[in-house]
Amino acid sequence: MANFFGSRSNPKKFAASQIKFYALLIPLSLFMLLPVVFIINQAFKPMDELYRFPPTFIVQRPTTLNFQYIFGIADASGVPLIRYLVNSFIVTAITVTSSIFLTAMTAYAFSKKKFRARAWLFRINQAALMFVPIAVAVPRYLVIINTGMENTYWAHILPLLAMPVGLFLVKQFVDQVPDEILEAARIDGAGEIAVMFRIVFPQIGPALATVGILCFQVVWNAVESSNIYVIDETLKTFAFYLNTFAVDQNPAMAGMAAAAGFIMFMPNLIIFIALQSRVMNTMSHSGIK
Amino acid sequence: MTKTSKLRKSRESLKDTFRVFWLLFPYGLLFSTFIAIPVAMSIGLSLTYFNVVQAPEFSGFRNYITMLTQDEVFFRHIIPNTVKYALLVGPGGYILSFLLAWVLSQIQKGPRTIFALALYAPSMAGGVFISVIWRTIFSGNQSGYINALLLRYDLIESPIQFLLEPAYLLNIMIFVALWSSMGIGFLAMLAGILNINEELYEAAYIDGIQNRFQEIIYITIPLLKPQMLFGAVMAIVGAFNNGMIGVALSGMNPTPQYSGQLIINHIEDYAFQRYEMGYAAALSVALLGIVWLFSKLAYSLFGERD
Repeated sequence: MANFFGSRSNPKKFAASQIKFYALLIPLSLFMLLPVVFIINQAFKPMDELYRFPPTFIVQRPTTLNFQYIFGIADASGVPLIRYLVNSFIVTAITVTSSIFLTAMTAYAFSKKKFRARAWLFRINQAALMFVPIAVAVPRYLVIINTGMENTYWAHILPLLAMPVGLFLVKQFVDQVPDEILEAARIDGAGEIAVMFRIVFPQIGPALATVGILCFQVVWNAVESSNIYVIDETLKTFAFYLNTFAVDQNPAMAGMAAAAGFIMFMPNLIIFIALQSRVMNTMSHSGIK
Repeated sequence: MTKTSKLRKSRESLKDTFRVFWLLFPYGLLFSTFIAIPVAMSIGLSLTYFNVVQAPEFSGFRNYITMLTQDEVFFRHIIPNTVKYALLVGPGGYILSFLLAWVLSQIQKGPRTIFALALYAPSMAGGVFISVIWRTIFSGNQSGYINALLLRYDLIESPIQFLLEPAYLLNIMIFVALWSSMGIGFLAMLAGILNINEELYEAAYIDGIQNRFQEIIYITIPLLKPQMLFGAVMAIVGAFNNGMIGVALSGMNPTPQYSGQLIINHIEDYAFQRYEMGYAAALSVALLGIVWLFSKLAYSLFGERD
């Protein structure tokens, strides 16, 4: 085999044999992104362009009117928009940071501590990967009512903190940290807290970033808690408020709905782009054995 | 070993037990409160009649019997819809994720990152975003993009009510769900394929495999099993978590003539519109059972036998 060129996976440079893959990927990616491009255009269209027939895809005279309307309407209804935004910021910030911390310490215990029920408990968590939150909407609702969490920030935050997928991924990652380093630190007199914060957590940065992203996507987009658990309008979140535009059947709302979708989507995209190499790093340890 | 060192050792291990306890306690508490206990409660409530106002009243398997014998909507619409949706979006989206992850692994890093982002982006779109975009695209009046296109080329005479027409709704839901199905399982499989040691491929070529197809069958899939299992579980869960899109697209629950009604919408309908919590809980148990069956299948395909 004279022309053997080693593995063809993960090539370092372009070769003619790759053209067929590009021929598939370019149109497909464009198709996948089309709705995203569409909503960006739609969000900046003035009224007359939104109702033009036949509809035009690209915005011709971009305007921020739709965004102004969104902000204006909330003011008129009594609850200022800033209130929803602040709620969302507080809820998202607390949920993401606590979830990262909670996951990291639990994963550390599962990976580096020996205790009797370890394998068994981890298997329960692994089974919970299959958990579909929506299936237990009823009992969750009862739990929230009976613990007095309804109508508080807690109802937004607490149900989302324990993330089986996150724990699973981070534990696989902590497994990569060699025990010898921890032993050496302990001999040097480092206590449990120091070992965790100074030795383990810095080494599992990519996995923690991934948990942060996954958690962000869930909490930022969540509307269930505002729909079901929180009745007080002043405690509801931005996602909920924007969702009222999305579900409105009134065609006059189309531009505002697009602007709302745009505002919801962009933070997800930006954060993912910023952290994507860490996510990929984490995912290479994601296998279930 | 002297007596004192033994004592010190046992005290040390007692301290360690305490540490483990405190490390696990917060997660364990939240996990129990919002995942384990609700699942157990679902099973308990499913055996009762419960309307929120009065205390639950034990009714044995009546809810399950009703589900299987009297709930006509469940049999005529929910089951067929859920099966069709779950099969196409779960395994369908999964196979698509694997193939695309593999194709991406066959090109260089730079363009690969961009394509991966493009394919992954839709899965980040939350419910708000999904309903806004696809409702405008499939909108039933002439400002809907699909209708405008079809009208322009004279393929139809008057706009089609895609989202209100039972014949279309479920298919559109499946299409939209597939569009957003390249999620974390897809990333996991991509990272897994890129991690396979290149020397294995070289060795396989020396042993006589000849093309990329054989690479996939003899090297990639066997070595990727752990990631493929993870991806499979994520695909199944993702399909069911996305189940509300029928309501989001049509703007109503129940969906028009139950055409886009999945078991998830049925649960919501009974739980929060009719307040028949016992029956809703029985439906939840059925749903968890379905997800469990699918996962079981994935484990038997890709899991390592122990």
